[in-house]
Amino acid sequence: MKLTVGAVVKAGTSKVNKTGNWRSFRPVVNKDLCNGCGICTFFCPDSSIQITEKKSNINYDYCKGCGICAKECPQGAIKMEEERT
Amino acid sequence: MSKKAVIEGSMAVAEAVKACRPKVISAYPISPQTHIVEDLAKMIADKELDSTMVRVDSEFSAASVICGASATGVRAYTASSSQGLLLMTEVLFNTAGMRLPIVITGVNRTISAPITIQPDHQDTMTLRDAGLIQLYVENSQEAYATHIQAFKIAEDREILLPVMVCMDGWILTHSFEPVEIYDQELVDKFLPEYDPLYCLDPEKPITYGSYADNEVMEFRYMMQEAMERAKDKIQDVALEYKELFGEYYGGLIEEYRTEGADVIVVAMGSVLGTIKDAVDEMRENGQKVGAIKVRSYRPFPAEELYNAVKDASIIAVLDKSLSIGQGGPLATDTKAAFYNKKAPKVASFMAGLGGREVTKETIKNIVYKCKKALELNIVADMEFVDLRREII
Ligand code: SF4
Ligand code: SF4
Repeated sequence: MKLTVGAVVKAGTSKVNKTGNWRSFRPVVNKDLCNGCGICTFFCPDSSIQITEKKSNINYDYCKGCGICAKECPQGAIKMEEERT
Repeated sequence: MSKKAVIEGSMAVAEAVKACRPKVISAYPISPQTHIVEDLAKMIADKELDSTMVRVDSEFSAASVICGASATGVRAYTASSSQGLLLMTEVLFNTAGMRLPIVITGVNRTISAPITIQPDHQDTMTLRDAGLIQLYVENSQEAYATHIQAFKIAEDREILLPVMVCMDGWILTHSFEPVEIYDQELVDKFLPEYDPLYCLDPEKPITYGSYADNEVMEFRYMMQEAMERAKDKIQDVALEYKELFGEYYGGLIEEYRTEGADVIVVAMGSVLGTIKDAVDEMRENGQKVGAIKVRSYRPFPAEELYNAVKDASIIAVLDKSLSIGQGGPLATDTKAAFYNKKAPKVASFMAGLGGREVTKETIKNIVYKCKKALELNIVADMEFVDLRREII
């Protein structure tokens, strides 16, 4: 590996580094309440939420459990549950 | 045709920046920087300059905007002073680390507290370790020239570091002097279009300043090497400028009447005007006195400075900022540059803090003290010049 000026690298390499195990609380989506509005996807600082089939879908490989999505969801569809490993 | 006009130092800077055609300018107003960016905003509004002026909520944002703009591969510029520069600090370290060649005017003003708007060098000095090239200018014409040179130095592939042009607030920015404004054609000939090494592009995404574990040492080494190369580059660019524009203000340093001088006064910025006048008067009286302007503070011209003063008996270093708990940064660096060499004695003087006036008499007094120090063979570590002890 040769270093680049300014530490410039191809984007997306952080995918290799799974950070889900940093989490102590896990956001759980109640699919009955979720209307697929997508607000949670914009607020997630880790880009860990996608809307699939009109429902919020959380990627637990990267979700760090900050709870912002639960706080922002207008439907109250996301609950944070304590997670112990 | 180039034109000569009696204009504010701020306008001289705005004219120079305009001629460099930055694509993005972002700034937050703070005295005494304000007129520069006001003038640029007017040039954009009047369609004299094709650029985007991004108005922001703070200096942190202004620095972030031009950092981001530069990462997309365009020329970008900002200016600030005092607390504003401090608020930019975190972003400027990042910009330098990401090797983005922005140009920023550091309009010198004292840092609070106590609050004042008067000029000294504390603000830009605080940023000396950020990885910015720092060039201090003496007058408006040099400010004009140095901004045009700054983009050329910064954007060179061998350098790729931000350049901060430091100029004394009010003394330079708000006084009117005759300034030669050169043809756009000439500036275009001198300064080619910016050719970025990388640029942000959604089609080919990249990350600047990515995570480093065991490589930080190597990245710092690369920056230090770029700074070393900048020593030659700053000289070369000043000479190229001379060739094309017929003006020269020194490369890393400028020597003034140093031939055969016993005492040499070393300083930075607008105070050199006063120092040169004082030197002329002392020379007329047969005193062997000279002066040196340190133009480039980072990279520090250790070798050039040593070679210029090595035959003198004593040099007086005048600092306009204080590393509290140590002393004057310029004096400290000068002493370090001379260590292990046969060198003149170094006397350190703290002057002009908070805009305290430095007059020809101040300079003559400093030279007198240096001669006394030689006679007695005692050189004080540091002296606060014109300190008003009676009010402490
Ligand atoms: S914000 Fe709530 S309702 Fe909207 S998509 Fe996310 S979980 Fe569903
Ligand atoms: S808890 Fe935080 S990191 Fe996890 S999905 Fe919600 S917003 Fe994203």
